[in-house]
Amino acid sequence: MSQDVKEKIIEIIAEQAVLDPADVSLDQSLEDLGIDSLGLVESIFAIEETFDISVPFNANEPEQSDFDISSVAAIVSAVEALIADQKA
Amino acid sequence: MKRVVITGAGTVNSLGLDVPSTLKAMAEGKNGISELQFRDVDRLAIRIGGQIHDWDAEGRFNRQQMALYDRFTQFTLVAAQQAIGRSGLEFVGDLALRSGVVLGTSGGGLTTQDDNYRMVYEEGKNRVHPFVVPKLMNNAATSHVSMEYNLKGPCFTVATACASSNHAMGQAFNMVRHGVATAMVTGGSESMLCFGGVKAWEGLRVMSKDACRPFSLTRNGMVQGEGAAVFVFEEYEHAKKRGAEILAEVIGFAMTSDASDIVMPSKQGAARAISGAIQDARINASEIGYINAHGTGTAANDKTECAAVADALGAHADNIMISSTKSMHGHLIGGTGAVELLACIMALRDGIIAPTINYEEPDPECALDVVPNEARDAQVDVVLSNAFAFGGLNAVLALRKAP
Repeated sequence: MSQDVKEKIIEIIAEQAVLDPADVSLDQSLEDLGIDSLGLVESIFAIEETFDISVPFNANEPEQSDFDISSVAAIVSAVEALIADQKA
Repeated sequence: MKRVVITGAGTVNSLGLDVPSTLKAMAEGKNGISELQFRDVDRLAIRIGGQIHDWDAEGRFNRQQMALYDRFTQFTLVAAQQAIGRSGLEFVGDLALRSGVVLGTSGGGLTTQDDNYRMVYEEGKNRVHPFVVPKLMNNAATSHVSMEYNLKGPCFTVATACASSNHAMGQAFNMVRHGVATAMVTGGSESMLCFGGVKAWEGLRVMSKDACRPFSLTRNGMVQGEGAAVFVFEEYEHAKKRGAEILAEVIGFAMTSDASDIVMPSKQGAARAISGAIQDARINASEIGYINAHGTGTAANDKTECAAVADALGAHADNIMISSTKSMHGHLIGGTGAVELLACIMALRDGIIAPTINYEEPDPECALDVVPNEARDAQVDVVLSNAFAFGGLNAVLALRKAP
């Protein structure tokens, strides 16, 4: 797990959750952090802008998306995979 | 209180450029969704919509009119011409003073804004056409209808996102009902299918890339449409006296606000609007035979709407038919309730219930009779039309067969 990607994602999520980045841990889900569907869509937008990638995500079928959002760690790995794919 | 009847209807949308062709398409379950065609569409992730491809604006309007008419105004004027022509009304003398226009739109002249922002920001031009403001304003369509047909009474535009048309028609209904106006030209129009319009919607991640499948377990979002529908609402005795053909009677209207979330719908807010329309119409829920659903094809709307219908109608919810014609013409946002009212008129007048097309798999959370894929013949006396907007604003109309 790249330290840089991890830190930036935690920053984005912490901002949405109105928490200090130190209070966000990798095993937490967005729900644990109190992030609702609008917060999720905003977080994905911030991720796309920060890493200059395109995240495949449809709010109507989040469970069918290739983009795993089940925990902060899952999001970090998914973003790393997208960066590897799209920046290759 | 006076009775209110519909004596004229007109429309342009992706299913047809008038009422007969639109109703025929709805009865045939035709799909009006296609590949979008406009500048920069290749920069969009969402590339389908209920776009009107054979719109010959230059053939319909002269140069002076084109300088003032955004696409949403063009749609409105053509639909209004059909509706007022069909009604046979001529607005002169007292009738002109006692008749008005209330129309819904959400984006107004969005295409005009998009084109002109592009010119100044992207192309670096320092000058725009002098009529940009009167062309883009949300009340432009209302004002042009008023000017064209000499309607001098109450005229205004309603903007409540996806419920705009229903709110507009509700105002028109109550004005005629309470004797404020003799006739009202009402309905709505939308033209958001331009680069900026679709790009903004893409951001919400609620749009489908392939089809609008309301109530189907496989649904994956909404698909936008464009167009207009316009009606003439007239005081019943006035219409009867002149021997006008009556398409349907408007009998009730209610509006509520969820007061909870800017995008997520609430079952309680929707159910209160449905119950409110039933009470306002002074009918029993058991008289309702058909509901034209808001049915956007998003995960959130469809299950909330079905739960709200079940709440408001109780056990009778299992007896009614409920379909979403958005599956065919797309979501016309501020014009959608107006186009969907045509399906209500078809149900009452012709005994044909428009289907929900693209239906693939039942969703246990939408366990109502959604008239899947094929239209149905059925005699219904009373129908409802639902509209539930972003911002939690709900508006429901009740109609009855022509007296």
